[in-house]
Amino acid sequence: MVNRAQQITRSALAGYGAAGFLAALSLGTLGVVALKAGGLSGLNGGDLAAIRFTVAQALASAILSVALAIPVARALARRQFRGRGLLVTLLGAPFILPVIVAVLGLLAVYGRASVISEALQSLGFTRLDIYGFSGVVLAHVFFNLPLATRLFLQGWQAIPSEHFRLAAGLGMNSRDISRHLERPMLGRVLPGTFATIFLLCVTSFAVALTLGGGPRATTIELAIYQAFRFDFDLSKAALLALVQFGLTAIAAVLAWRLTRPARLGTGFDQPVKRWDCNGVGAVTLDALTLTLTALFLLLPLAAVALKGLAGLPDLPFSILPAALRSIAVALTSALLTLSLALPLAQTIARTSPHRPRLAGLLEGAGYLSIAASPMVIGTGLFIALFPLVDPARLALPITALVNAALSLPFALRALIPALREVEREYGPLADSLGMRGLARFRLMTWPRIRPAAGFAAGLAAALSMGDLGVIALFADPDAATLPLMLYRLMGSYQMEAANGAALLLVGLSLALFWGFDRGGRVRAAS
Amino acid sequence: MLHLENLLIRQGDFSLTADWSLERGQKLAIIGPSGGGKSTLLSAIAGLIPITAGRIHLGGQDASELPPAKRPVSLLFQDHNLFPHLSVGRNVGLGLRPDLKLSRDQWQQVDAVLVQVGLEGLAARQPGALSGGQRQRVALARALLRKRPVLMLDEPFAALGPALKSEMLELVAQIVSDNELTLVMVTHDPNDARRISDVVSLVTDSVAQAPQETQNLFANPPKALAHYLGQEDF
Repeated sequence: MVNRAQQITRSALAGYGAAGFLAALSLGTLGVVALKAGGLSGLNGGDLAAIRFTVAQALASAILSVALAIPVARALARRQFRGRGLLVTLLGAPFILPVIVAVLGLLAVYGRASVISEALQSLGFTRLDIYGFSGVVLAHVFFNLPLATRLFLQGWQAIPSEHFRLAAGLGMNSRDISRHLERPMLGRVLPGTFATIFLLCVTSFAVALTLGGGPRATTIELAIYQAFRFDFDLSKAALLALVQFGLTAIAAVLAWRLTRPARLGTGFDQPVKRWDCNGVGAVTLDALTLTLTALFLLLPLAAVALKGLAGLPDLPFSILPAALRSIAVALTSALLTLSLALPLAQTIARTSPHRPRLAGLLEGAGYLSIAASPMVIGTGLFIALFPLVDPARLALPITALVNAALSLPFALRALIPALREVEREYGPLADSLGMRGLARFRLMTWPRIRPAAGFAAGLAAALSMGDLGVIALFADPDAATLPLMLYRLMGSYQMEAANGAALLLVGLSLALFWGFDRGGRVRAAS
Repeated sequence: MLHLENLLIRQGDFSLTADWSLERGQKLAIIGPSGGGKSTLLSAIAGLIPITAGRIHLGGQDASELPPAKRPVSLLFQDHNLFPHLSVGRNVGLGLRPDLKLSRDQWQQVDAVLVQVGLEGLAARQPGALSGGQRQRVALARALLRKRPVLMLDEPFAALGPALKSEMLELVAQIVSDNELTLVMVTHDPNDARRISDVVSLVTDSVAQAPQETQNLFANPPKALAHYLGQEDF
């Protein structure tokens, strides 16, 4: 209605502003880099190898993650056992685990110096070597198997329990149930999950930086980094960024088209009662699957914890300022994420009932950062601000801003459904009482969405705390963050100190996430 | 007091028309099958959903373009009448100022109106700590504070047990007569209509029919009402 359209204008402006800012951040910086380069150069053999490697490792990672997640999710969906809730929580942990810490943990378990390698050698085999393709894929599966499992588990729990009861009543066995209930569900959930994981693996940087490298294991994002850092070849960087943009855009459109919207963190609580799968074979299979999954996730984490404790005394004093810098960056990034995501999500939630296409466009602006290259955003900002500000002072603010842009899709996924729910349930009451603007936000919206906002801020802070991305470009020794410092310690083979730093880093990331998430929930009335 | 002039509400396949008026101080019950549009009509009068054609006059002025809060009506829903994160007193206080910046005198008004609805001393409670009946009393208290001449109730007591419901209907009747309000109440229960209303509008087949006197109507139900009441065979 006319009056309603008028009253939301100011907050809608903030939403459009945020969307425009994000579009400029993702696309504008690419333009700045391309302009500065004065054109695009051709791709040489090494670049083509990087593109091939990127696609190959992303495909392999997505296929393995999805294929392995199906039996895990099925076992979780149909078994009730002590510790099930803990295992589901564990599946959420890799999401806020700093990549470099996970890499350290995986090296401790599967690396050349690991117990497994020792055992293999004593049995007459060669030691494991996970540098290169296999290591990159291993790390990606470590991160994305849990994600795929959670998405599939949501799908399983979306099948009404009545259907399983009906199937039992009709005397269906596990194979019949799989054909009539489970495979149709997977057919809906699997393509979107696959495309999402492919997308996340295409832009992978920190994994490739630490476990890949060299002509045979370089991702596009890593090649962009090298073009900037070692050759300062802006035109190559811009061209590679365009290629990456194209790849991710295809994957993003596929993921978006194939994904049925699912809400974050709903309904993992109750497994469905089943009658068809209590045979010894099925029970053994599920027990084995879940045990192996738990070991796969827990062993690297345990290695980080144990070696980290032993390494704490070896930490250099310079770890302290690096940790403080990282905390400052993480808090700034969380604040930026909320300042951008709140007005954007609010505008999307309000426009979507009347103008779904406009709302879709706004949401797309929020998700652009997935397709963009953080390296290019960082460099574009650097080039644009270089004449105005002392570059040495830009490293940390740019890192915080880029991290905020990268966290935005997750923040939007948490905030938009929460805001829609508030408007649906309490919007009419607030309208009839004449609550508008800031009073409406303060008295109606904020108290209802605080848990979602706390979750989003916690995620943003944790992701930023552990991020080893743009900051690597400005490898200024006086402005190192904790992840960068950890990377340097690894590079100089100070493994004791690196292990200590990893434990400190993961502790701080978890503490930040927990603090924000908790802060959002405390005294939040139902 | 309320005049619906050639009103048409259309939402997709659904449509509803109304063309009648209600005098000041009358008590109207709107009855009819579920999905017929009773609540939609109330929401349109309150300004919460747009109308397709026609006009809505309230208290002698054309209210068709007024924002919800500017219309001289108070509307109670079946649920979501209170913000669960605000105390009872603050929920009521929103009726005085939607930004809750109240003077000490205004907070005293809040306490006083809570006494009127039988909730003395409960201002500091959270809505979650109240019973269903008490929650609707809070909403009534807020409606009283807003002093709007038309009180509209959208099946607000449907979730309550019979005894509690009859208690609440008595309270509403008393509030309406004490404050000389015009009442519009949606219900699916003909007994509610008999107890509280003096006129009834039947909403069926996309039409909200002109109000007729309750007693006469139930004594000689027309075909549509008899059908709704299940009395066709008598």
